[in-house]
Amino acid sequence: MSLLERLRGAAFWPMLRKEFIQMRRDRLTLGMMVGIPAVQLALFGFAIRTEVRHLPTVVLDESRSAESRALVAVMANTRNFDIVEAVASRADLEDRLKSGQARAAVVIPPDFQSRLERGRTATAQVIVDAADPMASSAAISGAMLAGAARSAELVAAAGRAPPLEIRVRPWYNPALRSATYIVPGIVGVLLSMTMIIITSMAVVRERERGTLEQLVVTPIDRTSLMLGKIVPFALVGYVQVTVVLVLGKLLFDIPLRGSLLLLYAITLFFIVANLAIGLLISTVARNQVQAMQLGFFTMLPNILLTGFMFPRAAMPEAAQWLGLIMPLTYYLDVLRGVLLKGIGMDYLWRDAAILAGFATVLVSVSVTRFRKTLE
Amino acid sequence: MTAERDDRHGPDTSPMIPGREAAVSTSGLRKQFGLLVAVDGLTLDIARGEVFGLLGPNGSGKTTTIRMLCGLLEPSAGGATVAGIDVASEPERVRRTIGYMSQRFGLYDDLTVRENLRFYASVYGLRGAARERRIDEQLVELKLAERAGQLAGTLSGGWKQRLALACATTHHPQVLFLDEPTAGVDPAARRLFWELIYQLAGRGTTVLVTTHYMDEAERCHRLAFMSRGHLIAAGTVAEILDHFGMATIEDCFIELQRRDEGLAA
Repeated sequence: MSLLERLRGAAFWPMLRKEFIQMRRDRLTLGMMVGIPAVQLALFGFAIRTEVRHLPTVVLDESRSAESRALVAVMANTRNFDIVEAVASRADLEDRLKSGQARAAVVIPPDFQSRLERGRTATAQVIVDAADPMASSAAISGAMLAGAARSAELVAAAGRAPPLEIRVRPWYNPALRSATYIVPGIVGVLLSMTMIIITSMAVVRERERGTLEQLVVTPIDRTSLMLGKIVPFALVGYVQVTVVLVLGKLLFDIPLRGSLLLLYAITLFFIVANLAIGLLISTVARNQVQAMQLGFFTMLPNILLTGFMFPRAAMPEAAQWLGLIMPLTYYLDVLRGVLLKGIGMDYLWRDAAILAGFATVLVSVSVTRFRKTLE
Repeated sequence: MTAERDDRHGPDTSPMIPGREAAVSTSGLRKQFGLLVAVDGLTLDIARGEVFGLLGPNGSGKTTTIRMLCGLLEPSAGGATVAGIDVASEPERVRRTIGYMSQRFGLYDDLTVRENLRFYASVYGLRGAARERRIDEQLVELKLAERAGQLAGTLSGGWKQRLALACATTHHPQVLFLDEPTAGVDPAARRLFWELIYQLAGRGTTVLVTTHYMDEAERCHRLAFMSRGHLIAAGTVAEILDHFGMATIEDCFIELQRRDEGLAA
């Protein structure tokens, strides 16, 4: 509380007031700060689908039998395949794949039904355009699933029990929707962007225009100067978190299974850590353009390496190590943990402690550097 | 958050001991950045209510001197007092008794004239009714009233300059530092500005001004010429002309610049 007492009556309040007036006047930045959450939600939530469905698929059915039609129906039911055409020949099949009209093809040989009737193993072939690994892996797993499902049906029809059955239960995101995975992450990415880019630009602007120099010769204490400059952006950050969570709930039905209070509390560490990075950038950048460039430079690894879009487990070891030095990696754990898993401090204390550590170290480094640039 | 904060300025703005005690005094002031000696052995006294011009080519140490006097840079050697306060040991107190205005004006373009004034008045500890009274007073004194609600960014040079002066003097500073305050301002606005400077000086404010305009230099009560960190000459315009044996201050300046370049070559 000693800090609050020191701020009472200090130049912190005029600084804060001035900052809010400026924020209100700067319509573009204000629009960006409120508009970016909406645009990001729309982009990442609606447009980015990591689950691949409805691959256009052609069928070359040389069996033309009840069994071959049943297999095709099962495959269509997985919804991984959209049967777009029944082709008449191998040549046509190849043509559809080459032209891109089809991404997958099912070939059922003439003896498909007769082999089944004789109690022998019948084979069908699925050809996949594997140039896009994400799409092809969906096709491959869809084909495997369809094969296993149809086999089980046939065994059951013959009156025997299937030898083996695996039941998969996808917890926390049972519908396996990518929006459920992506939207909580947007909270973190958005906060990083606002705290780092907009804050560093705001501080650099003050330096560029000579107002920082003017402030330094006034009796304003350095704490008020820094806090007054930065606190408004932390408040904006909380508004952004709230906007994304509310829109996420309304548009994508993102659950909130844990404690909102806990989430907001840990968010403070993350906000402070990122504000410190923004302040640090402002001490290096000579103008607003540089600040923005440096800001974006920090954003890219944040988006790619922290597990926001791509699972860290799939990355090479070096990339995983890099991810460990980014606050967002831990904050994503917290976001998904609280929102999707509903876990509390008993599981999240480690992430919270690391974020607090980041905040402490980054603040002391950036404040020291910032004070130096004031002299 | 009310008027009670005002009394903070009471002791600082109390008049100095009467007589010709120096408002600004330096002795052997020196600042070294690595190998570069920016200011070397500067000894100078400026009397209360004096308009004192600091002249010299770019890089002669004027700005470094001002920054030391504002308590922003710590002197490497020597010392200085401003309004009787030692700048090295009590920089915070110095900042409450001085005003500073640079050629960049230090205004917030996206705040109105009144909001700029209110912000700086608040930073200097004025609150509530006392602050609003002071703002109204300054709006009239510096002929800013008709533009009070206009954004500072949309003002022309002369208006900006007067607003910057208002912001730098909202707390009745005893010493006012003006670092090239009239760069890029039209002659009519410059004349008005100097009238305001003389008004302030007439009320006992000490003004230290750097300028590249020789007509402005000639308006100062006293002048000092700096070159390569050294004080070359100080005195009234007549004394300076005598020192250099020149007809005009401009000639002195050019002569000094020539010597500088000769030394550099």
